[in-house]
Amino acid sequence: MDRRDSLKSMFLGSLGTGLLLTGCDPNLGEKEVEIAKAAEDYFGRTPEELELIEKLQSEQFFREHEMDTLNVLCALILPANEEYGSATDAGVPEFLEFIVKDMPYLQTPIRGGLMWLDHTSNLEYDTEFKSTSEENQKAILDTIAFPDPEKPGWEQPVQLQFFSLMRNLTMTGYYTSEMGIKDLDYKGNQPNIWDGVPEEVLQKHGVSYDPEWIAKCVDQSQRGVTAEWDDDGNLLT
Amino acid sequence: MQIQESSKMYDVIIVGSGAGGGMATKVLADAGLKVAVVEAGPHFDPADPKQRTQLKWPYESPRRGASNRRPFGDFDSAYGGWEIEGEPYTQKDGTQFDWFRSRMLGGRTNHWGRISLRFGERDFKHKSYDGHGDDWPIGYEDVKPYYDKVDKLIGVFGTKENIENEPDGFFLPPPKPRLHELFYIKGARKSNIPVIPSRMSMLTKKINDDRGICFYCGQCSRACAVYADFSAGTCLIFPAQKNGGQVDLFVNAMVREVTTNDEGKATGVSYISKDDRKEYKLKGRIVVLAASACSSARILLNSKSAQHPNGLGNSSDMVGRYLHDSTGASRSAFIPDLMNRDTYNEDGVGGMHVYTPWWGDNKKLNFPRGYHIEVWGGLGMPSYGFGFNPNDLNRFFNQKVGGYGNSLRADIKKYYGSTIGMAGRGESIAMKDNYCEIDPTTVDEFGIPVLRFNYKWSEYEVNQAKHMNDTFEEIVHNIGGTMLQDAPSKESNYGLENPGRIIHEVGTTRMGSDPKTSVVNEFQQLHDVDNVFIVDAGPFVSQADKNPTWTILALSWRASDYIIEQLKQQNI
Repeated sequence: MDRRDSLKSMFLGSLGTGLLLTGCDPNLGEKEVEIAKAAEDYFGRTPEELELIEKLQSEQFFREHEMDTLNVLCALILPANEEYGSATDAGVPEFLEFIVKDMPYLQTPIRGGLMWLDHTSNLEYDTEFKSTSEENQKAILDTIAFPDPEKPGWEQPVQLQFFSLMRNLTMTGYYTSEMGIKDLDYKGNQPNIWDGVPEEVLQKHGVSYDPEWIAKCVDQSQRGVTAEWDDDGNLLT
Repeated sequence: MQIQESSKMYDVIIVGSGAGGGMATKVLADAGLKVAVVEAGPHFDPADPKQRTQLKWPYESPRRGASNRRPFGDFDSAYGGWEIEGEPYTQKDGTQFDWFRSRMLGGRTNHWGRISLRFGERDFKHKSYDGHGDDWPIGYEDVKPYYDKVDKLIGVFGTKENIENEPDGFFLPPPKPRLHELFYIKGARKSNIPVIPSRMSMLTKKINDDRGICFYCGQCSRACAVYADFSAGTCLIFPAQKNGGQVDLFVNAMVREVTTNDEGKATGVSYISKDDRKEYKLKGRIVVLAASACSSARILLNSKSAQHPNGLGNSSDMVGRYLHDSTGASRSAFIPDLMNRDTYNEDGVGGMHVYTPWWGDNKKLNFPRGYHIEVWGGLGMPSYGFGFNPNDLNRFFNQKVGGYGNSLRADIKKYYGSTIGMAGRGESIAMKDNYCEIDPTTVDEFGIPVLRFNYKWSEYEVNQAKHMNDTFEEIVHNIGGTMLQDAPSKESNYGLENPGRIIHEVGTTRMGSDPKTSVVNEFQQLHDVDNVFIVDAGPFVSQADKNPTWTILALSWRASDYIIEQLKQQNI
């Protein structure tokens, strides 16, 4: 087993608790246990910030019909697949309800855009957007979902700007949700030991480590040993 | 209304708790002095679960980490920003100086990039080298012993490279490069641009029992709950307290002025408590200003008295002058060879594992000072903005942009981690006509007159920004990438950021041996008043193409040793 593998197994052994125990420094392990546990619902807000969030959460911007329409629209933009739910399943409409209160400049474009969807649907299909068939809904979206890539956003027709905004907010809402992060397969945000890019990844992308460079990098098996230097700044430990 | 005066007599009152104030607190309290630390913001400890943002998920913030409230995102550990409600600043003659203030214990050290570079021999004597600006009254050899001590006390990783004007130190070993950094190295080396391991103050290895070791979450901007990165609170002020030091912390205390007596000597400070909006006074034998270059200048200029009609320490009329920030320009690029990535945890340390120190010969260029290049990229944690324009990069393959449905999922995965960014951070020339001053027409909510800025970049900085952009393009071209933005035009100063934007503002109370042209002496003691010192970046004669923090720390330690020595000799 090389050093890389032994580090890996050190991890795997502790993955059950979601924690890293280095074995060299039991105190570090304890500290990490504490910070991993301390996930409260206020994510480090100052009292003023908390007050603002509570105020915004106590208000309601979207009307019931608008929320219903957003539920439909978000699931059209990002529907469920075999593994994961839709953007609506991931709570994007609720995220939108908060973000438009936090960024009030988003309110009119979105409210107006939803009205545009209903207006168009009423004209074409004699019913509101949320109630017409999925086929009809997609037929409407097809007219606004493909902006001219040669033109900057602000020069696009307003309904195209609306859809681009909705697509952006839906995608960001989804990929910042618990479901979306799993879908993306983001593997970080947890205690671990970085010991370089996996060899197979280096090969796949056609790069390699310069041995001279790597020789200067941290030997992770010695991380818990207190640093000492000679007078010329050469690390001895 | 009566001003409430504390009866306690402090040896030293330190205004501000960032890098400079934190270091002074540690050194002076360890020497047994009675110290008061006066901080304009609240207490902050990243280990406190109520204040911690480290290891939080984007969905724990209802705005998903967006930067509309905290300027670097909802999880960033800076209380404050470019604008603070009730604390305005103003501009003169079309100036756009952006002033970042962080009101909290530890100040801006809680969120900073931890890039910890020493100034080199040339950086202290640049006028002798190229005729611009001024030399410092001290040289590298004066500061070196303190850089060495700072390295050992706080910890910085890096490698001995023996490069001219990039002094080595006592380094912890650096982390290995990430994938996008290997591409950057490849692209830069092809153009003979050097790349070396970063020099940053996170503990990749144990240095003592008080500090944790880095566990590679990449979130140093959120401040580390196990104290594995450098913040002034966690690494200097808390240890000073733990060490039995006599440290009284006054938080939410906004200093108005330094008080003086009939002989013109400082007697302490007056401040306004943000908690009860009342005025207080503290008495001390020595006042150390560490409120940040501009805030300390503001306090001095507002400390007017019969003995100091032009403001404290301002007989030279130099306070506020020679304000200068690092230059900055940045671009990002799409690298097709970084598409379709396997995912793995590459959070690493916060920020970059590799960087480019200045390599050029300015004598052959149309700008006199250098810059370094910082790099970003990788499989980062999503935050508000992730997934915007999910398939815009399709345009490089003549594929449709836009749409909806499950194909967007594939687009996201295809492009995740395929962009890199580069930022140049350079040295500008300190100029007398770039300054901050008191705006006599505006006060903040505490009734304290505010700062007004006057600042213009010169052609040198603009030319330097153009060179940065040309370099970025060359490196990206070398690795088969495409820039994501058009090259910035001459009209936009080639993308040169507004002064202040890089948050390296220095120079407002510069040091020198001539009291007519400088504010403090080489030990950062006011020429005009011997019991007032300045230990933030105000005394810098010139910024280098480095970040200022490591030099603030070294110089604050040096000034603090001088204070201890002068007290022993009863000179103050």
